[in-house]
Amino acid sequence: MTLQEITGSAHNFEECMKCTVCTAYCPVVPVNPRYPGPKQAGPDGERLRLKDPEFFDEALKYCLNCKRCEVVCPSGVNVADIIQEARIRYSKSKPKLRDRILASTDFMGSMVRPIAPMVNGVLSLGLTKSIMDGVLAVDKHRTFPKYSFESFEGWFKRNAEASQKQYKEKVAYFHGCYVGYNFPQLGKDFVKVMNALGIGVELLDKEKCCGVAMISNGMSEAARKNALNNSAAIAKVAASGMRVLATSSTCTFTMRDEYPELLKVDNSAWRNSLLLATRFIYEAVSSGRKKLVFRDSYKARIAYHTPCHLEKLGWGIFSTGLIKMIPGVELIHLDSNCCGIAGTYGFKKENYEASQAIGKALFDDIASAAADFVACDCETCKWQIEMSTGNKVLHPVSILAEALDLDLTAEANK
Amino acid sequence: MKFQVIIIGGGLAGLTAGLSLQKKGVSCAIISSGENALHFSSGSFSGDCPEEVVPLFAEAGVVLKGNPAKDSWRFTPSGSMQKVRLAFEDVTLYEEDKIKASKVLIANPEGFIDFPTAFIADGLSQQGVSCKVKSFSLPCLKTLRESPSEMRSVGIAKKLDCRINEVAGAIHKLLDGEDLVVLPQVFGLTSPEPVRALRDAVPAEISFIGTMPPSVPGIRVQMQLKKAFEKAGGTFLMGDTAVSAEISDGTVRFIRTRNLDSHILTADNYILASGTFFSKGLSSTMQKIYEPLFGLDVDCPTERTQWYSEDVFAPQPYMAAGVVTDADLHPLKDGQPVTNLFAAGSILAGEKNAGMALTSTFKVVKKIAL
Ligand SMILES: Cc1cc2nc3c(=O)[nH]c(=O)nc-3n(C[C@H](O)[C@H](O)[C@H](O)COP(=O)(O)OP(=O)(O)OC[C@H]3O[C@@H](n4cnc5c(N)ncnc54)[C@H](O)[C@@H]3O)c2cc1C
Ligand code: SF4
Ligand code: SF4
Repeated sequence: MTLQEITGSAHNFEECMKCTVCTAYCPVVPVNPRYPGPKQAGPDGERLRLKDPEFFDEALKYCLNCKRCEVVCPSGVNVADIIQEARIRYSKSKPKLRDRILASTDFMGSMVRPIAPMVNGVLSLGLTKSIMDGVLAVDKHRTFPKYSFESFEGWFKRNAEASQKQYKEKVAYFHGCYVGYNFPQLGKDFVKVMNALGIGVELLDKEKCCGVAMISNGMSEAARKNALNNSAAIAKVAASGMRVLATSSTCTFTMRDEYPELLKVDNSAWRNSLLLATRFIYEAVSSGRKKLVFRDSYKARIAYHTPCHLEKLGWGIFSTGLIKMIPGVELIHLDSNCCGIAGTYGFKKENYEASQAIGKALFDDIASAAADFVACDCETCKWQIEMSTGNKVLHPVSILAEALDLDLTAEANK
Repeated sequence: MKFQVIIIGGGLAGLTAGLSLQKKGVSCAIISSGENALHFSSGSFSGDCPEEVVPLFAEAGVVLKGNPAKDSWRFTPSGSMQKVRLAFEDVTLYEEDKIKASKVLIANPEGFIDFPTAFIADGLSQQGVSCKVKSFSLPCLKTLRESPSEMRSVGIAKKLDCRINEVAGAIHKLLDGEDLVVLPQVFGLTSPEPVRALRDAVPAEISFIGTMPPSVPGIRVQMQLKKAFEKAGGTFLMGDTAVSAEISDGTVRFIRTRNLDSHILTADNYILASGTFFSKGLSSTMQKIYEPLFGLDVDCPTERTQWYSEDVFAPQPYMAAGVVTDADLHPLKDGQPVTNLFAAGSILAGEKNAGMALTSTFKVVKKIAL
């Protein structure tokens, strides 16, 4: 055993050399003076908390968990993990009703979906927004993501499941709450593209919300339950050698990295079987195993935004790599900046202003890119960018579904 | 994924190599585990600098002052004069080791403790230059002072960069016939414009002097170079770490990174620009100093007792440790050169400074793209 192994600490905190580079890049610090910043909230605070948990500061809740501090730290300190783990371990504040509602994305989805048109109508009424603003402290400027009348699973069972049997090669799909309840179209595009590649799609045995919103709303016990459920479901398919694909970068990041680091759910048996759809497709095409045939008429100027969690995963190159394969596309890389929404964070009244101020650099960059639309792998970034800039945001898989000649692609992959 | 060149390390050496190659049409990927020594830069380059760096950086919007082949002097935060070759535009350079001013105002934002005004004043009086230290305050800095972690160089720059007129006004009020104003490097985080605007607005020469880290001009230059590299078509893998490499028959076959796990990266040529201990380009145990990625031959004293000198102010031998190469900068592994691998920057054994980092970088660029 080396000295480092004996003296090592969780999330590398003793490697911190106090350079404050993390604080320089944290998007919250310049907009919220109550937030102590990653160095103080993370490694510095941890030293004190280890001595006495009384040193825990509730202001740690302002952390977006965007992981930008970790990406830039020259010493490899897992700053955001230290902060989130401290919240889990020491916070005494109970999540408010509002936070529980915002965090329970799948529960809310399954409850309201059957009455979706009514809920959407009610959620968009000025009066309801004011009441939510006043009573629940959900900011009234927010446009709530619409709930879809038919869930993705419902659509899949009725329209797609039977035809998947014809494919020898199969993948399982973790659709997440957003595709499940708010935007089934992305799931439909995913099935279309996979089928064109000659690959059938299966759903997991009862997937639950990945839990990211619960983690950030201080509901780690509930998050852990979901994690155990998903872990068992994914392990089962992964054991049969099948890949599990997701379209959401945040769900993927949460299940691969936050499960073991924060929720202490061991995912070593399946971690490498869970991939973002864009990575899977990119690898299949670049190795020559699969072919893509594009429509000649597809032309677009696309600005790509890398969501924070995708930046941390380091897989943005697969999404941009895929988009670059489309002959009629001009791709603009937006500078790496946080959009400010961070899941449910920006929905809260007390964070609204900070959230928009954080996103400003990105919004300005989007305005000057003058693109036809923005591409992005994250659903909450999509809400934020669409609300704040008026630009349309499309997922790379939806872009493929549009740009591909699906029949010729299917032919080429027979 | 395949590139023509893969560069390990996104510091001064890695970025310069990437930008230069990409501009010559060579497709490059830079893997960079975290930020680098530029974030701690004094704002100046010591050591012989290659002249190619000046036009290359200018195209990226980075103005370098000074003469790459001739010494100039800069005034340091410890109050002494230091020999340098090139400097970012924030820094004032002098032709001799003496400051050119008759009366100096040292102005510091109120409550900013990362700027050693007493050392600076001391250094000036030793040169026989009269000076006064004054602090100035603006309403926007009040919220920063409430949280000590934000009263740092970058936090101040974020507030002041959009209020240059107010800063100029505050300095104006403090001026009393001084012909030089010394300010900490807390301006120009995302562009050099605030530095230029302040110089235009104040009727005296302004010299911006280094603070405790992070370095505001260093961060700006890093961002400008990275942006120019990406704009030229380069791929920058931020926050990823090269964790292992396959070498056979003296040739690197592929690299694995932490984030891309099973997805290997391949290239015709590889450049190791991973810095020293500080950036984890070198590591050590109680017994040895080693290069962790390729296991290259390292030049350093074998006995641990010889790594350091008992005199803390003397040059420390371990600081000169680094990889050994042949004349073409191919590093040696078990005494044999690795033929498609080059080493550039402070990972090389010997003296470490920006000039040496840049000189080795351009040498490698010329080997790869004739
Ligand atoms: C704190 C400090 C301040 C300095 N200030 C000055 C100055 O003001 N003037 C001067 O002339 N010289 C200065 N120097 C000397 C310095 O060595 C050079 O100026 C120069 O900046 C070195 O550049 P580099 O690119 O070789 O290394 P670095 O800037 O150290 O960059 C190395 C990069 O490689 C990355 N890396 C390492 N291993 C891996 C891996 N396995 N995978 C992926 N990425 C990896 C690191 O994260 C880092 O980003 C300073 C050095 C230090 C340490
Ligand atoms: S960037 Fe890393 S080393 Fe620097 S202060 Fe933050 S945690 Fe510590
Ligand atoms: S995770 Fe994001 S918000 Fe939280 S401390 Fe790090 S950089 Fe700041």
